[in-house]
Amino acid sequence: MKAVSAETKVDLAGLGEAQALAVDERGASLRRLGRLRWGLAAAGVLLVIVASAVLAPWIVPHDPLAVNIRHRLAPPAWMEGGDARHFLGTDQVGRDLVSRVIYGGRVSLVIGVTAVLLSTSIGVLLGLGAGYFGGRSDWTIMTLVNVMLTFPFVLLALAVIAVLGPSLVNMIIVLGVAGWPIYARVVRAETMAIREREFVLAGRALGMSHPRIVFRQIVPNLVSAIVVIATLQVAQVIILESFLSFLGLGIQPPTPAWGNMLGEGRVYMLNSWWIATFPGLAIFVTTLMINLIGNALRDWLDPHMKL
Amino acid sequence: MKGYIARQLVQLVVVVIGISVLAFVILHVLGDPVLLLLPQNAGKEEFERYRHLLGLDQPLYVQYWKFLSSAVVGDFGKSWYADTPAFRLVAERMPPTIYLTLAGLGVALLIALPLGVLAALRRHSAVDMLCTVLAVAGQAMPIFWLGIMLIIIFAVRLRALPASGYGTWQNFVMPAFCLGAFLAPLTMRLVRSGLIEVMNMEFIKTARAKGLGEGKVVIKHAFRNACIPVITVLGLQFGQLLGGAVVTETVFAWPGVATLTVESIRNQDFPVVQCAVILLALVIVVVNLVVDLIVTFIDPRIRTGA
Repeated sequence: MKAVSAETKVDLAGLGEAQALAVDERGASLRRLGRLRWGLAAAGVLLVIVASAVLAPWIVPHDPLAVNIRHRLAPPAWMEGGDARHFLGTDQVGRDLVSRVIYGGRVSLVIGVTAVLLSTSIGVLLGLGAGYFGGRSDWTIMTLVNVMLTFPFVLLALAVIAVLGPSLVNMIIVLGVAGWPIYARVVRAETMAIREREFVLAGRALGMSHPRIVFRQIVPNLVSAIVVIATLQVAQVIILESFLSFLGLGIQPPTPAWGNMLGEGRVYMLNSWWIATFPGLAIFVTTLMINLIGNALRDWLDPHMKL
Repeated sequence: MKGYIARQLVQLVVVVIGISVLAFVILHVLGDPVLLLLPQNAGKEEFERYRHLLGLDQPLYVQYWKFLSSAVVGDFGKSWYADTPAFRLVAERMPPTIYLTLAGLGVALLIALPLGVLAALRRHSAVDMLCTVLAVAGQAMPIFWLGIMLIIIFAVRLRALPASGYGTWQNFVMPAFCLGAFLAPLTMRLVRSGLIEVMNMEFIKTARAKGLGEGKVVIKHAFRNACIPVITVLGLQFGQLLGGAVVTETVFAWPGVATLTVESIRNQDFPVVQCAVILLALVIVVVNLVVDLIVTFIDPRIRTGA
């Protein structure tokens, strides 16, 4: 198609168009390179965040649970009345905010990663089933996907947590189970396309078993798409988890989590803005870094992927 | 066309029933209402009596059938907390949620349309860069935090806007902006990519060749076509928009369905939660259907089944 049009348009306008296309292509690849660089920088920052969360017990300046009423509501160090020992200030009972923000990352990162692993496994398996076998199993799974995608994820998670009771494990289960449809949808579509390709037909003609075809021939072709979605989903899960904790339906105080710190800080925002500001900033920076990495991964693994 | 609408209607019914089953299962199978209603020291007979009173001793499918058949006529039972019909409680709170959602959508379009169009027309320019930055930052922004930051700046520091409440236009400013900021990044990207795609098409060249001004080409020929994917995706994202409204409402104590649902979840007031969940699902599904019809109407390629 393209070759024909290139041959027929030998006039100047066609030449100009080809040039413009080349320039555009170069611009696009430059942009891609730029985004890859952003992704690498973001990976560096995220590494620092992850390392500080892992090493929290050894690097925090104070015990995140240590109450000190005399130093309560101390502003950040650079403000008037600030205390150099509490760089980001203290909360309503005098706990050090730097230490609490560092510790809070543990909860968010653990929940983000484990919940995404759970929803990836469920979503990929169901998506493969729907796409590979088609027919009734496809209809059932896709109806379930439609039901879940229609409904706001937030309300569903809220209702289940309210019934099950808030705990770390329940949060992981709820966020993991609620998040699978997006994987199922993408995996199903890709599987349906790959199922008809020659190498799969050849495998079937050679007498390969269904599981072998699915896991050896189809899944390897889906890995990049799954990795990209999963990365971007970690950020979404972290935001959702902090929202649940913010409402008091997630991680319970006194365990520091960015969400519940934000929720507690809201009460004091009239005079002490820092209590709510810094945990939120931590969520924002973390999810921003993860999104930048996800975008870079998408460009790197498959520039033509549309998600 | 008729077959298409019929299929959409079937889909609608299936989805609503699916959500009602989901809501029912979550609230009745995972949790035991009686355990929550009665004091801890209540006797065994007391538990049994209440279970019988609420019909919870019957088989699940009987309970679900009873629930569904009365729900169809708008009877979701009485609130266990306020002793008024759940349906009335939820219906009363529906208008504020709808207004907030529309206002948020309006703000999102106000931000996204001009920026998206400019970014598409001046690719790789400063505006385009700004859009990319805004989109990436906006998608990482937890809107409940954004809401709190807005309150701290505009209500606490500047005293320019009310921190919460409902009724005047000032009350709308921050919640609508918050919700708009949640939806704008996606909309902006859709407008940009949609317009870029359309601008490369042959009929744009024809329009230019006719000697039309660039403004007319963009507005009359390109923009209208670029609207189709924007409307489609926004329609599909309506559930997400309502999800954003849930978050926004709780931050600004907005008297809408979402705040009511969160309160009812805290109070374990299951009839109200069920009613809210199902009515919201119904709204979402109907909006999706209407958007589908609008797109079909404005896009002849779909209308003629091409």
